Amino acid sequence: MPRLATKKILTTVIIKTETLPVMAEHDVVKARQMVRQWASEIGLSLVDQTKIITAASELARNMVIYGGGGTMEIQSLEQYGRRGVKLVFEDKGPGIADITQALKDGFTTGSGMGLGLGGAKRLSNEFEIESTPGQGTRIMIARWK
Amino acid sequence: MMDRIPILRMGQFLLVTIQVDMHDRLALALQDDLTTKISETGATGVLIDISSLEIVDSFIGRMVANISAMSKILDAQTVIVGMQPAVAITLVELGLSLPGVRTALDVERGMALLQNPRVNMTSYAQAGDEENFDDSDNQN
Repeated sequence: MPRLATKKILTTVIIKTETLPVMAEHDVVKARQMVRQWASEIGLSLVDQTKIITAASELARNMVIYGGGGTMEIQSLEQYGRRGVKLVFEDKGPGIADITQALKDGFTTGSGMGLGLGGAKRLSNEFEIESTPGQGTRIMIARWK
Repeated sequence: MMDRIPILRMGQFLLVTIQVDMHDRLALALQDDLTTKISETGATGVLIDISSLEIVDSFIGRMVANISAMSKILDAQTVIVGMQPAVAITLVELGLSLPGVRTALDVERGMALLQNPRVNMTSYAQAGDEENFDDSDNQN
């Protein structure tokens, strides 16, 4: 019985995957539209779709403003028998010096409101961030059905 | 890409319906256009219909709050109408509760609010916090 369960947990099927360059403002709109399409395809509820699109919008804009542009990799997948959308935002910008501080609401080095990173985390089921100052930032978010 | 969101004038009010997925520059242009139009026309109210907006992220949220604050300084009231429930849920989770922004469920209620803001304020006060309501202006 436990063995069977383990086997099931390891099953992750990638249904499809695509990468979108996000270099300028209009790419942020494109990213939102793409996430909407993929999220509705796998049957996420309207509220869940809105959450992941909003999170994607924040992270895509961050990449354009702070990271000098980057890429958004989008994946629809099936894990534990449920479907979800996973997004990976990657840039080769200056990186984030203090991630804990950057995740706090109200913290910003730019002119924004400082809600982007913390907000994107709250709007996702999974959130991972890696950043090396001088080398870039990689953020993964996922929302499950 | 010099597209802009049209602003309609109806009597002493300005009406805006946002029907496109706004990129950031378009949102900023609307902010500029609206403040210019308020001072040109002497409008006393602005109604912004966002019922076709599928998301409001922190940038658009900030634009809405800015328009509201700027028009107040120019002696005009702003009412945001038609926010989709999923957008409202997401906004709050994002951390934006839009303080100081007046909202109404639909255009009709929004217009009623602009035409007679006092009636509505009284009904808010009657809803249970008349003391706080009267004091709030003095405290700030």
